[in-house]
Amino acid sequence: MEAPFSTKVPSSWMTNWVFIGRGIRHSLRDVDAMVMAIVLPVMLMLLFTYVFGGALDPSGNYVEYVVPGIILLCAGFGASGTAVRVAEDLSNGVIERFRTMPIQSLGVITGHVVASLFRNLIATVIVISVALLVGFSPAASFGEWLGAMGMIILFILAITWLFAAIGLVAGSASAASGYGFILLFLPYLSSAFVPTQSMPRWLQGFAANQPITPSIETIRGLLTNVPIGDNAGWAVGWCLLLIAGAFIWCRVVFHGRSGQR
Amino acid sequence: MNHAIEVSGLYKSFGGHTVLNGVDLVVPRGTVYALLGPNGAGKTTLLRILSTLTTPDAGTVRVAGYEVVSQKNEVKRSISLTGQFTAVDEVLTGEENLVMMGRLSGLASKTARTRAAELLERFDLTEAARKRVKTYSGGMRRRLDLAISLIVSRPVLFLDEPTTGLDTLSRRVLWEGIKELARQGHTIFLTTQYLEEADQLADTIAVLKDGQIVATGTAEQLKAQVRTDRVELRDAEDQLVSRVTTDGTIRDLLGILNDLQSRVAADVRVSIQRPTMDEVFISLTSGDKEVSA
Repeated sequence: MEAPFSTKVPSSWMTNWVFIGRGIRHSLRDVDAMVMAIVLPVMLMLLFTYVFGGALDPSGNYVEYVVPGIILLCAGFGASGTAVRVAEDLSNGVIERFRTMPIQSLGVITGHVVASLFRNLIATVIVISVALLVGFSPAASFGEWLGAMGMIILFILAITWLFAAIGLVAGSASAASGYGFILLFLPYLSSAFVPTQSMPRWLQGFAANQPITPSIETIRGLLTNVPIGDNAGWAVGWCLLLIAGAFIWCRVVFHGRSGQR
Repeated sequence: MNHAIEVSGLYKSFGGHTVLNGVDLVVPRGTVYALLGPNGAGKTTLLRILSTLTTPDAGTVRVAGYEVVSQKNEVKRSISLTGQFTAVDEVLTGEENLVMMGRLSGLASKTARTRAAELLERFDLTEAARKRVKTYSGGMRRRLDLAISLIVSRPVLFLDEPTTGLDTLSRRVLWEGIKELARQGHTIFLTTQYLEEADQLADTIAVLKDGQIVATGTAEQLKAQVRTDRVELRDAEDQLVSRVTTDGTIRDLLGILNDLQSRVAADVRVSIQRPTMDEVFISLTSGDKEVSA
């Protein structure tokens, strides 16, 4: 009555596909996270345009400046959930089970990363839609839109892999969300909301050279036709470096956990 | 080579603390092996080494004929582990859990769904199949957990304390499931703290204490080793009058009965009781004496 013993293994393509499906299901069923992904961008967009905007740029054009910053700020919030999910999988034993199976079990992390990309692209579309409603008038060609989307995707991947690594090292879901907060603070110390030249000199060095500033300047340049200069190179370089670094970090921590306990 | 599990000279320590201190064991194919031991004896560590999650410090460990370190992937294809704590995806439904694990075990989507339906039926979860695992009771989770590890039929099954925390009924259901798997020819290696469980399920029981196997055998063999049979005397109302331990020899028994005869009423009945598994366990894990069948 029982099937004969099986020693089958799935292809690595299939493994990743299944894990991506799992990650997206997790995202869709986490009502808090989905509400956050949809409501937060709207709230921030309105807050920065109508509450702070007048003070920051009395000419009324602050919305033109702030859109890229809000996209990346939301991406950070959206990606932070990845740290919590990875930490949960680790603490409830699901990852251990995957690791006794003959599969590329790191795929479980990839699944969460792809789900985060999916959540954050929805948030990005919402930010841009609300921005257009409140007066954002981008001057981008189709090619520039594509370039901006590419930059946004690269940034989401970089910050999500970082959050995934934080989730792996944190040890618990609440610790993961605590450590993740540090990353969420970084957009405020960039050119997201005010030009870095307006900051005190000691802060400028950090603010102008951290990865978020060139990423924002690149998106801003593509959408509103301000000069990009060498920002695009820095932004792409930073993001690729962060993705590679965080991915290797994840791999080492993930596989290094054997031999412990 | 013809054994499902072969371990010899296995050592493992964590940060200077020795957890496994020279474990040797053999589990023939198609048998049920129960590893018994108090908390902290090293049961889970041994199981983690057998299932490739932890690397041994020294010794050879072969599962299904493959070496657990150098042939990790081959071992993983031959085993299925049900851990001490249920490892199910709470966000997904029971059915989704099974289908996902089926696909991750190399089943096509349709086959995975058919197999999931069979297992849900078998473990009495059909009604809850489309509900999220978050809403399941402890017993339901445990049954799902076991169902997941059977989604494809791997020859060697590891069960770490499979019935810990379950009510009596769920425990019986799981025991039946495990017996059925044994009948189908799986090799089953389980750890437990319950002697009755080992007694019910296992062909061979091993007692692990301080990182070493201190006794191996069938339940009867272990009871015989302990040599603490008791002579019990009960009166007409079945009240216990006297209880004396004996080594079971005629000479010892005659001595005891002669001694008691002068002190109790004539209608008192005599019986000889074998030690319970609890007494065997306490005797084996508390004394320092090594016994072996």
